[in-house]
Amino acid sequence: MNPVFQGVLAIAVAVAGCGAYFYLSNLFLDRVLYPPTGRDPGRNVNRANAIRPWLFLAPAILFLALYLGYPVIETLRLSVTDRVPGGFVWAGFDNYAQMSRESKFWEAFRNNLLWLIVVPAVSTALGLLVAQLTDRISWGNVAKSLIFMPMAISFVGASVIFKLIYDYRPASQEQIGVLNAVWLQFDGGLASVLVLRVVPGLLLAGFIAAAAWLIWAMLEPVLLGRRKQGALSILLRAALSLGALFLIWRAVTSIIGLALVDLPYGQPQTWLTIPFWNNFFLMVVLIWIQTGFAMVLLSAALRGIPDETVEAAIVDGAGPFQIFFRIKVPQIAGTIAVVWTTITVTVLKVFDIVYAMTNGQWETQVLANYMYDKLFRSNDWGVGSAAAIVIMLLVTPILVWNIYNARREMR
Amino acid sequence: MDNIAGTKSSLTWAVHITVVLLVALWVFPTVGLLVSSFRTGDQISTSGWWRAAFPTEQTMQFRTAGADEAIEEDGVWTLTGNVFDGSGTDPLTISAWGTSSRTPNAYEAGEMVEDDGESWTVLENGDYTYTSTEEPSRRGERFFGSALVAPEFTFGNYQRMLFDPSNVQGMSQAFFNTLTVSIPATIIPIVVAAFAAYALAWMEFPGRALLIAAVVGFLVVPLQLALIPLLRLHNAIGIGKGYMGVWLAHTAFGLPLAIYILRNYMVGLPRDIIENARVDGATDFQIFMRIILPLSFPALAAFAIFQFLWTWNDLLVALVFLIDSSGKTTVMTRQIIELLGTRGGDWEILATAAFVSMAVPLAVFFLMQKYLVRGLLAGSVK
Repeated sequence: MNPVFQGVLAIAVAVAGCGAYFYLSNLFLDRVLYPPTGRDPGRNVNRANAIRPWLFLAPAILFLALYLGYPVIETLRLSVTDRVPGGFVWAGFDNYAQMSRESKFWEAFRNNLLWLIVVPAVSTALGLLVAQLTDRISWGNVAKSLIFMPMAISFVGASVIFKLIYDYRPASQEQIGVLNAVWLQFDGGLASVLVLRVVPGLLLAGFIAAAAWLIWAMLEPVLLGRRKQGALSILLRAALSLGALFLIWRAVTSIIGLALVDLPYGQPQTWLTIPFWNNFFLMVVLIWIQTGFAMVLLSAALRGIPDETVEAAIVDGAGPFQIFFRIKVPQIAGTIAVVWTTITVTVLKVFDIVYAMTNGQWETQVLANYMYDKLFRSNDWGVGSAAAIVIMLLVTPILVWNIYNARREMR
Repeated sequence: MDNIAGTKSSLTWAVHITVVLLVALWVFPTVGLLVSSFRTGDQISTSGWWRAAFPTEQTMQFRTAGADEAIEEDGVWTLTGNVFDGSGTDPLTISAWGTSSRTPNAYEAGEMVEDDGESWTVLENGDYTYTSTEEPSRRGERFFGSALVAPEFTFGNYQRMLFDPSNVQGMSQAFFNTLTVSIPATIIPIVVAAFAAYALAWMEFPGRALLIAAVVGFLVVPLQLALIPLLRLHNAIGIGKGYMGVWLAHTAFGLPLAIYILRNYMVGLPRDIIENARVDGATDFQIFMRIILPLSFPALAAFAIFQFLWTWNDLLVALVFLIDSSGKTTVMTRQIIELLGTRGGDWEILATAAFVSMAVPLAVFFLMQKYLVRGLLAGSVK
């Protein structure tokens, strides 16, 4: 059968089928099962109204249970079983143990953590910057629209776009990748030092300052004992501080490395094969796409800030930077959290970009691609499912947080 | 805030410049691909796309006339002619030439070179003279020349990737397959979700809060978990790999977001309208069809655009649930991955393929941005 015809038929069947189902089932309920007649019509109406919601919900619940609920449980089961000819046998945590012995898994895990730190942070920061800047200029909507545009482009399309940017030609030929063409402009002179060492160094220093501020914000209430803290809260704050401390350490070593490293001026680079740094070249693709998303949400939040608060700050003599960081940012903290968590979930699922650009070679593996490799290339369902469960576990805190927020919202 | 007295910011110019730079940075990559898709492979590989609007120095390969046109005199064969004769291209000015592919620009135009019994002269206008003490090969001798070529843009790539039925790597089949996947996968979840969202928004029943919580939870469940279990399920019930499977999967994966967006919108509809209708004797089904559904159009459109973009751009779900070993049902994202593998350096093909796949989403984006923004604002858990 022609697929187009099949598609039209599917739409017709689905729409007509759903319509007919809802119409007929309601009709059945009201006319046959509990008609509002007979000895006690009131009771029948109540009974019918108790059942009706479930008629409306049934298809959706069926879909959700079968296509999202059941797989979670089934994946959990697969991750603790091994596939043998004719069926599955209980394997306990063998799959997890096997996975933890694979260096490729730890590589994927490490890279994923790197993605989780960099992509949400940079996307949110850039989104906030663009949202704030475009709010005050006349052609802001055009600018926003253009920065938002990558949202419509597929990860695969974006990968092609950026592969052209990272393209490599031998030194004897004309470079057609923008990055290499720019790179060859650097010759080790003053400008090169300024752009390649001083500016990144300053950015890292800024990052260190931000992390230090985070540690201070986390520990201040505990150390000064201003408010009574629960044990869980103290533990969480300590863990976050330790994480931030680790990041500061990495940033300091990076600054030192940056100052000492011997950059290969004049030689075109194959950017995607430079271990560690190639992760960042892949992250750029996702940041390019997600910044628009962050911008749209944050821009709406910025517009929702009551004018009075800003006016009051101006009257009190606050400068533009003070207004932004002291008045505006605290008021949109909730939206920042939403943007951050949404991008975090996207990052955890990122598959297409790595699959299209490096397929996990040159130490760029991430969990989602690792899992795909295991499931469909090595045909190892046990380890693949275990990797999927790891992704699920990483998502779970956000899942709980979202449910908590949604319930609070409804009350 | 600019209009508040005394706050005319001295930073205005810095803001304008920064935004211009950011926008340029964001648009630049896409423009690069778009420009590349209108250039020939030769042009792409000899100069960066940012020089597409300027003449480029291109190295070309030529052949002298064949041996049967050679004139023999005292054991010396001579071939003369013009490289642009009968080549179909406009005459260009040769600036440099060479006889080896490793050093194609070794000599200047007009220079005479003798080597090993051969002698070469190539003039600026393309006239060449070649002499040799041995009989030249029947196809003529190969040499190279560089010339400044005027910028030129072509629709040939699109012609080849879309309308050439003999091109097995073309995108036309994949284009229709993608369309076949995404249209039903957009409409079906809307129908299913709309009813559920109405029940969750306007009907009272035990367990409602729990169901809403479950929907919010399902929003973030990675679809990676569903791949193997659902593939086994599809095989077990006889759907296997195919359109049916991918429609069902997309429907299910889109449902949480659809229900979430629609419910949040429907809850905000005025209570009076619905209660008046109830008092007038309308059934829930009638209220839903006659009142709720028409009023919810903005939310429906918002989700539809979201889901359409997602299904059109999807790779993973199609890889797992649709594309079988025959490859007849390949979608565009998959086709591009294939081209990346086999035609990795042929940017005219890759750029064109990528742009064919991006054209529809970009059109949808620019035409219906309002609804997309609305969907984003409604679809993120606050």
